[in-house]
Amino acid sequence: MQVGLYCRRAGEDAGATEGIMHEMGIANSVLEAVRTEMIRHPGMYPCKVGVRIGEMSAIDQDALRFCFEAIVRETDLESLELAVEICPLRYRCPACERDFVVRDYDSRCPQCASLETKCISGDELELAYLEVEEYGASTVGTKSSQ
Amino acid sequence: MERVPLERKVLSENDRIAAELRARFQEHGVLCLNLISSPGSGKTSLLERTLEALPQHDRVAVLTGDIQTENDANRLKRFHFPVKQITTGGTCHLDARMIERHLADWKLENQHLEDLDLLLIENVGNLVCPASYDLGEAAKIVVLSVTEGEDKPLKYPSIFFKSDLLVLSKIDLLPYVPFDIDAAAENARKVHPGMEIVKVSCLTGNGLHEWMLWLAERRRAYKPLLQDTASR
Repeated sequence: MQVGLYCRRAGEDAGATEGIMHEMGIANSVLEAVRTEMIRHPGMYPCKVGVRIGEMSAIDQDALRFCFEAIVRETDLESLELAVEICPLRYRCPACERDFVVRDYDSRCPQCASLETKCISGDELELAYLEVEEYGASTVGTKSSQ
Repeated sequence: MERVPLERKVLSENDRIAAELRARFQEHGVLCLNLISSPGSGKTSLLERTLEALPQHDRVAVLTGDIQTENDANRLKRFHFPVKQITTGGTCHLDARMIERHLADWKLENQHLEDLDLLLIENVGNLVCPASYDLGEAAKIVVLSVTEGEDKPLKYPSIFFKSDLLVLSKIDLLPYVPFDIDAAAENARKVHPGMEIVKVSCLTGNGLHEWMLWLAERRRAYKPLLQDTASR
């Protein structure tokens, strides 16, 4: 699903970097957060940034990677790796006090078949973590193969 | 190597502005609704019929978003309610900052939030990206026309998941298109159990009564925080 990619140009109204387009704006926001965080880690460089994307977030992982790689290319953050964790749609049954992953949109409680279940996660679009390394460590400038 | 937890939303800046807008809407007792659909599903037609049906003294305004042109605003201005066009110049969705900026411009034109009860936002035609951007609205409404295919809720689940109401539009075309309206409703409720659905034709007026009832009920149920002190 490459739908997000057709949204290309920045408009006059799009003041915030996140307003430029969909996945491109998201990728920009991620990089901005990395740069902001790095101010607090002098003498170090970022190697990996972790984001969480919910199944219901309307974010396409491939489109996000494409945008991310495009904007870090030939910058000081070229070696920064993007780690994406996809979060499934999860519901909770209040009667059974049970959480379960919803597949094929079937939100019935697998235990009691109740439809009175509530969505608890699945539309995440979150920055999870940043991995930083001291300059001079052996992996400087190369992408981690792990 | 050190792992630093970040734990915040990617769109935290948009969400921050949206939260401010939501607080302002509540403070002034303005019910804000965000209409989302593919291009050409009939958002503007639905708004035309809505404005046409509302009494002239009603405290209603419209913000309408498009990539280019003032066409929609010109169509909607005929009904003599305040209407403002947001042209994004390429951006495929509205974001909270655009809403904030246009409300500020409106204020300069002496149009104030406190003079409103209902703000209708027509998003840019797009079934994907607008789902990610909170505008501070009380509810999202998704419009799906019968020429689009009944599996759209399954293909684009996010917006159906996040919307309170599905408006199935252009039902006057049902005899001419292979659209299974029950399957469409079922698919929408698969993604969003209990989702409210109205079926309308802006051409014949069929179903508009149900839509207006839904709107009236949402307005009635919306409890502004400052109801007692709001000027009458």
